[in-house]
Amino acid sequence: MNDFERIERQENIRNFSIIAHIDHGKSTLADRILENTSSVASREMKEQLLDSMELERERGITIKLNAVQLKYTAKDGEDYIFHLIDTPGHVDFTYEVSRSLAACEGAVLVVDAAQGIEAQTMANVYLALDNDLELLSVINKVDLPAAEPDRVAQEVEDVIGLPKEDAIKASAKANVGIEEILESVVENVPAPAGDPAQPLKALIFDSAYDPYRGVISSIRIIDGTVKPGDKIKMMATGKEFEVAEVGINTPKPMAAKELTIGDVGYLMASIKTVSDSKVGDTITHADRPAEKPLEGYKKMNPMVFCGMFPIDSGRYNDLREALEKLELSDSSIEYEPETSQALGFGFRTGFLGMLHMEIIQERIEREFGIELIATAPSVIYDVHITDGSKIVVDNPSEMPDPQKISHVEEPYVQATIMVPNDYVGPVMELCQKKRGNFVNMDYLDDIRVNIIYDIPLSEIVFDFFDQLKSQTKGYASFEYDFIGYKESNLVKMDILLNNEKVDALSFIVHRDFAYERGKVIVEKLKNLIPRQQFEVPVQAAIGQKIISRSNIKSMGKNVLSKCYGGDISRKRKLLEKQKEGKKKMKAVGNVEIPQEAFLAVLKMDED
Amino acid sequence: MPKSMYIHIPFCNRICTYCDFNKVLIKNQPVDAYVDALIKEIEMIEPQTLKTIYVGGGTPTALSEQQLEKLLAVIDGRFSVEDEFCFEGNPDELTLDKLDLLHNYGVNRISLGVQTFNNDLLEVLGRSHNYDDIFRAINHMEKIGLDNYSIDLMYNLPGETMDDLDQSLKYIEELKPRHISWYSLIIEPHTVFYNRMRKGELTVDDDEKEGEKYLYVIKELEKLGYPQYEISNFAQPEFESSHNKTYWKNDNYYGLGAGSHGYINGTRYYNVKPVNHYIQAMEEKSDALKESLELSVKEQMEEEMFLGLRMNRGVDITRFEEKYGKTLDSVYGSVIEEECAKGNLVRDSGHVALTPQGRLVGNSVFLGFLD
Repeated sequence: MNDFERIERQENIRNFSIIAHIDHGKSTLADRILENTSSVASREMKEQLLDSMELERERGITIKLNAVQLKYTAKDGEDYIFHLIDTPGHVDFTYEVSRSLAACEGAVLVVDAAQGIEAQTMANVYLALDNDLELLSVINKVDLPAAEPDRVAQEVEDVIGLPKEDAIKASAKANVGIEEILESVVENVPAPAGDPAQPLKALIFDSAYDPYRGVISSIRIIDGTVKPGDKIKMMATGKEFEVAEVGINTPKPMAAKELTIGDVGYLMASIKTVSDSKVGDTITHADRPAEKPLEGYKKMNPMVFCGMFPIDSGRYNDLREALEKLELSDSSIEYEPETSQALGFGFRTGFLGMLHMEIIQERIEREFGIELIATAPSVIYDVHITDGSKIVVDNPSEMPDPQKISHVEEPYVQATIMVPNDYVGPVMELCQKKRGNFVNMDYLDDIRVNIIYDIPLSEIVFDFFDQLKSQTKGYASFEYDFIGYKESNLVKMDILLNNEKVDALSFIVHRDFAYERGKVIVEKLKNLIPRQQFEVPVQAAIGQKIISRSNIKSMGKNVLSKCYGGDISRKRKLLEKQKEGKKKMKAVGNVEIPQEAFLAVLKMDED
Repeated sequence: MPKSMYIHIPFCNRICTYCDFNKVLIKNQPVDAYVDALIKEIEMIEPQTLKTIYVGGGTPTALSEQQLEKLLAVIDGRFSVEDEFCFEGNPDELTLDKLDLLHNYGVNRISLGVQTFNNDLLEVLGRSHNYDDIFRAINHMEKIGLDNYSIDLMYNLPGETMDDLDQSLKYIEELKPRHISWYSLIIEPHTVFYNRMRKGELTVDDDEKEGEKYLYVIKELEKLGYPQYEISNFAQPEFESSHNKTYWKNDNYYGLGAGSHGYINGTRYYNVKPVNHYIQAMEEKSDALKESLELSVKEQMEEEMFLGLRMNRGVDITRFEEKYGKTLDSVYGSVIEEECAKGNLVRDSGHVALTPQGRLVGNSVFLGFLD
């Protein structure tokens, strides 16, 4: 291709994403679009083709991104190249969503015809608007009995400002309205506007690690052209590589001669770790670099930390290898060795948020077969020492003695909660209980209210979302953004089992709640820790002061009374079952502690 | 090869509310055909001298005299029993005639299903007998000179008090049976008890109280001349159950009849359970095996431990080494040391055994020997 052909070709490219609140049908719509264009035969399709990780399928959420090239012959008789770019669907991955949206010119906004607009709908709309995308509204699931497409279309007009008459009424499941959507993409999503003669500028919007091929970067070419053999440079990290292969996903990867303006595809360049190909970074040519990188690159910092320890202490090295491998594909996890008196050797590991943490823990157990004990997650505290210095504490057990502390600052987020107005009371009550400061309340329409609070991140980490769901019967939706550090009156609570401090159970708590929470946690632990052969006192203490105490009674009779009749296999199975339970516990001193005990602190406000 | 044999009779005149063994109500069952099938299975085994035979159920005494005689004649014709030939029986079904029959065919031990001497509790258990039946059966046994009998008892029954235990102890003192099995009630799934518990209609004491009762039973029986020799078994000297020790010593045994389990040279196996399937299998292919499972040496050693430790005497260190060609310490040295330190195990030159404290929480000790 010459530059003239590249510019002509660019005219018929349409790059877009589908954005939606979780469960509003984004993945199903993506599947239908794939079926209705010439990319993949229907019979080859697995449900929700774009979600490729096993874990994603199970949880019904999208974690990693995918982009696929489709060919569509429109009613105007022209052939178009579509790039459909998938986005992750969870609050922990906002930055990745925003970068994949930055690779598009338009977005299809999917709203459930029964549920209407929800918090994530709005969050995604804001991200799309930040990236100057053309929005097309689709009212999905119109075939459901509870569907109210006209009401929802009105809502979309009122809240987002997209004219209701432009809304396409569709049912991705029933294959209704799909062609209309495709035609609307052709008509309304602008063609890309890159210049092939300019130095190369390509946006990395995803970066995945493949054990055989190294890092595969998903890229969008803004200016210039890239092809195998090119020397490229990552503008944020300064690292240089030689391109081995470029190509597109159909969704199967297919190598291409080049990727040029408007293209969305993949690039491989013998990159060993995703931290050398960071999401949001700009790729340019090493010998003819662009003057400025694309805007919007941010280094993602972990917000939530926990200790992860192998139950079998002999598997410490396996755990390190597992983390090293995960790090190749996930540049947002951080870890460093941690030694706990109670749990032995493990790693303090940082995550973007709670879901990210759960996913990584599950992957370590499932993909690497390592049984873990994870401590309750903690945020990062800025601790100001009386001598004027400042230390950063991401592990409660490392909090200095109270007399050495001048004051402590903790991270705050701004939480935006959208609920039907019936639940305004309970939500505000919950936010107050979680030490939130009221910021604002907006009525979106007659029914829906947006409630905004500044809340300490640590309170969000401590089961905020679960409680929000139960207080609002699942009607609330919720988003948060980090806003900065604020001073708080915080103390460290220690837990003693059998009169020994268990460092991994320590947690940070606001002084006003300390007594109450000390009592609750002692009761929780009493119920969660199985009875041992001897009585075990459980105590909660601040410094030297015991604020609550209870006893785990010793075990009663525990022996199979009958063992005759010759059915030994059954007795064996019974013992094996008990043994399995025991294997999931960590012996701390001579007390066996199950994983749930370490997370008890998260569930303190229940009941 | 095995020197012990278990024979299963899966019929009962009434189904006990707690029982999860393989059994059916005898009414309208093909009992004669079952006896024939069982005889066919018995005849597959070479005539020989055995150490023990144990006929259990269900209720073996639910068979008619004719059925019993047919079965006993075959057993008697093929095997001679060196040591113990035991029959389980219900007090109300052990008629003088039946006992006489058993005695004449060489049965030398009766395991009498008493469970409790309290008529109300017997009713809760759904037993077919009452207090009077117990004494009648024992009278019969004494009359014909079959004086080696064991009584089966249960504790931790719903609504049971310490007085009920004392009552049982009083009768033991009076009757002087040779042997006592005293089990705590286990609520098994698929029983009437289980369902009634779930509905909240029945409650039993917690494991703490159960432990107290257990220790009480052990102490009182010891006083009466019945030292404990296994978790739930007590006997006068020389009257420990030879057959049941086969299981705990992890020795071989044949299992015959519907749903029976056997263990031969490291392989555990069991027969099909439903009576009709068993009869059909024996008729059609002279084999009712449902499944067999070859244990690894490691599994055999594990079972050697959790079975052997059930006995007060414990696991025989020399025998272990002879059987597996490895010293006990080379396999389980660290677990044994750990549990000894906790006070759950004790060892001398010949045996490793549970301590009284360890016996109370035997399961948690056994777990240490499993992988």
